[in-house]
Amino acid sequence: MTWFSSPSDVTTRLAEVGYLADAATSTTAFLAGALEKPLLVEGPAGVGKTELAKAVAAATGAELVRLQCYEGLDEARALYEWNYKKQLLRIQASQGDDQTWSETHDDIFTDEFLLTRPLLTAIRREEPTVLLIDEVDKTDVEVEGLLLEVLSDFQVTIPELGTVVAVRRPFVVLTSNATRELSEAVKRRCLYLHLEYPDAEREREIVTSQVPGLEDKVAGQLVATVARLRELELKKAPSIAESVDWARTLIALEIGDLDEKAIADTLGVILKHSSDQERAIKELRLRA
Amino acid sequence: MVRSGLLDRHIAFLEALRGAGLSVSLAEDLDAIAALTAVDWSERGTIHDAYAATLVKKHAQRPTFDTLFDLYFPRLVGEGATSLGDEAGEDADDETVRDNAQALADFRAELLEAMVAGDEETLARLAVEAVARFGAMPGRGPGLSSWSAYTALQRVSPADLTEQIVAALLAEGRVDGEAQRSAGRRVGGFTRRVEDDARRRIAEEKGPDHVANVAVRPTIDRLDFMAARRSDVEEMRREIYPLARRLATRLTQEHHARRRGPLDFRRTVRASISTGGVPLVTHHKPKRPHRTELVVLCDVSGSVANFAQFTLLLVFALRDQFQKVRAFTFIDHVHEVTEHFRPGADVADVMADLAASTSHAALWGRTNYGRAFTKFQENHADAVGPKSSLLILGDARSNYSDLALDVLRDLAGAARHSWWLNPEHTRHWDTGDSAATAYGDVVPMVECRNLTQLGEFVHDIL
Repeated sequence: MTWFSSPSDVTTRLAEVGYLADAATSTTAFLAGALEKPLLVEGPAGVGKTELAKAVAAATGAELVRLQCYEGLDEARALYEWNYKKQLLRIQASQGDDQTWSETHDDIFTDEFLLTRPLLTAIRREEPTVLLIDEVDKTDVEVEGLLLEVLSDFQVTIPELGTVVAVRRPFVVLTSNATRELSEAVKRRCLYLHLEYPDAEREREIVTSQVPGLEDKVAGQLVATVARLRELELKKAPSIAESVDWARTLIALEIGDLDEKAIADTLGVILKHSSDQERAIKELRLRA
Repeated sequence: MVRSGLLDRHIAFLEALRGAGLSVSLAEDLDAIAALTAVDWSERGTIHDAYAATLVKKHAQRPTFDTLFDLYFPRLVGEGATSLGDEAGEDADDETVRDNAQALADFRAELLEAMVAGDEETLARLAVEAVARFGAMPGRGPGLSSWSAYTALQRVSPADLTEQIVAALLAEGRVDGEAQRSAGRRVGGFTRRVEDDARRRIAEEKGPDHVANVAVRPTIDRLDFMAARRSDVEEMRREIYPLARRLATRLTQEHHARRRGPLDFRRTVRASISTGGVPLVTHHKPKRPHRTELVVLCDVSGSVANFAQFTLLLVFALRDQFQKVRAFTFIDHVHEVTEHFRPGADVADVMADLAASTSHAALWGRTNYGRAFTKFQENHADAVGPKSSLLILGDARSNYSDLALDVLRDLAGAARHSWWLNPEHTRHWDTGDSAATAYGDVVPMVECRNLTQLGEFVHDIL
């Protein structure tokens, strides 16, 4: 199966499921499908990295398998694990019979006792699959080694069973906030996309498509204000998710005009540090 | 086999990227080729994105990539499709009319308008025009002519338009500081465009390889502190907190990996009872974290001010990694600045405070390391003790004054560790009034010219 037929096909099909991609995103996503290579997406929090994977899954009718990374993630939780309890039961149950140990041994290392975790699940699936490896920078360095085999050859080696090779290569998306530099080896195997905050026009489209019922005028004011805030040196600049939240807040509060007072009153929705809020109030002369 | 020029160009482009510090492997090279065969060749933007997706794996390298891509796959050739204005036909052979006081004034008026409106398309066209009109350097023969962004920018001098842009933006209802910043950014953007276009034209005449070797600026994390322009300084400042965060994460992870202390024998044996005396799980004593106090002595004279500010900011962003941090700035007199770095304080405010406090660090205004060290020992000797590490930042240029090596030796002796970071290239040490070797004999001196080196150093000492 080909995932997409051209970059513009990506744009239209992602737009149908509510993800407005820019040209670079479309081209890169198309290439990830066409070359069957994993796609590493980096960028600040809240610019739609995870959403991209979800949107690809939705647009192509594939199932999303998600591996959420965290510090201390190990093989047993990323790849596979043997179901020890079940194996123990099997051994105990066979004690009455005349089975030899070697038979029992062969018996307990079969598919029946294998607990597949996200990576193995994604590789074994025969239907189209989008594999999302989320926040890969949170893992320890060792896990990257584990990912290498999966990402370059789409195969997993289980000592007792042999090598499991993907029947159908999944569309792999790795996301990272770049808190840690990933190893060269992982990066070499991936296509790379850096997502940034969208330009004013695209952000406006995103906000209005996510929040129906938002007036044009308010949407324009909102996007302009968010853009101005991002120009300030803030600890945490407002993300797309936060501008959408803000739009919802404005609707809930029935604010029809985003004037300085309205901005100051609802600033907490988009700025989450008190020093950021102080800075915004000072620089934008709110409540001057 | 017939070799197409395209393959040669592709390989030359890759070589240039490698030369500029991007690690492009053979695997990525092949990926790029595969990607190019998969996409449509009719759009330059798509080709650009395809190359970017396969070859650039670090966002910081993106500007370098963009510059080189523009060199090897130029947006337009020569004057491009848009000729110079409407009257280009009649003036084409008459350089004087294209470039005189009236033409310059008209051009500047048009530029101002475009800058105020933030009209990217017009600005791109004007940048090309600026180089063509005001940056041409006619040579003595064919192939010897050249283009100079410097001349073009001197003539047009977009920086002088800043005030007018600010005024126009203020009239639009923008606020003061904000208008200043956006005006600065627009002028900076135009400057960059002019430079890009001059580079493109030179590349057209002399070949891209020549330009790639001499004219491409390093990425922001490899840019010299001393060579940074104002727009670069702002960009670097934005890099400081992410850098500190990356460093802190890396440190926690590394400490985490090494955290297992010595074996706790009693606990291990006690736990083994449940497994019939077999010590399946070993228990370890927790390792006590070891944190030092850090004392930073920082030269803030004009020549090294940028470097000093970045290093101070980074040290304070990493303050959790130390037990205590105290910072002093000096030129010829010492002044404590620790209180400016309140937790959660705003970076821009801190920078402003630091700049303001520079005046306290100077009595005479000329850098004098010897006097600064002596004063430090007199007034703040209590700061340096056996638990503290001493970090000195400066270029060791002391205006030929007394170096006070004994005082520094005492200070270094009192501290647990001491380092000296010098923002100058090693080859400039000991030239002129630099006392690098003399001081380097007392306190180990390290070259630290850019954010990458700074990050590496801080990581190593922790």
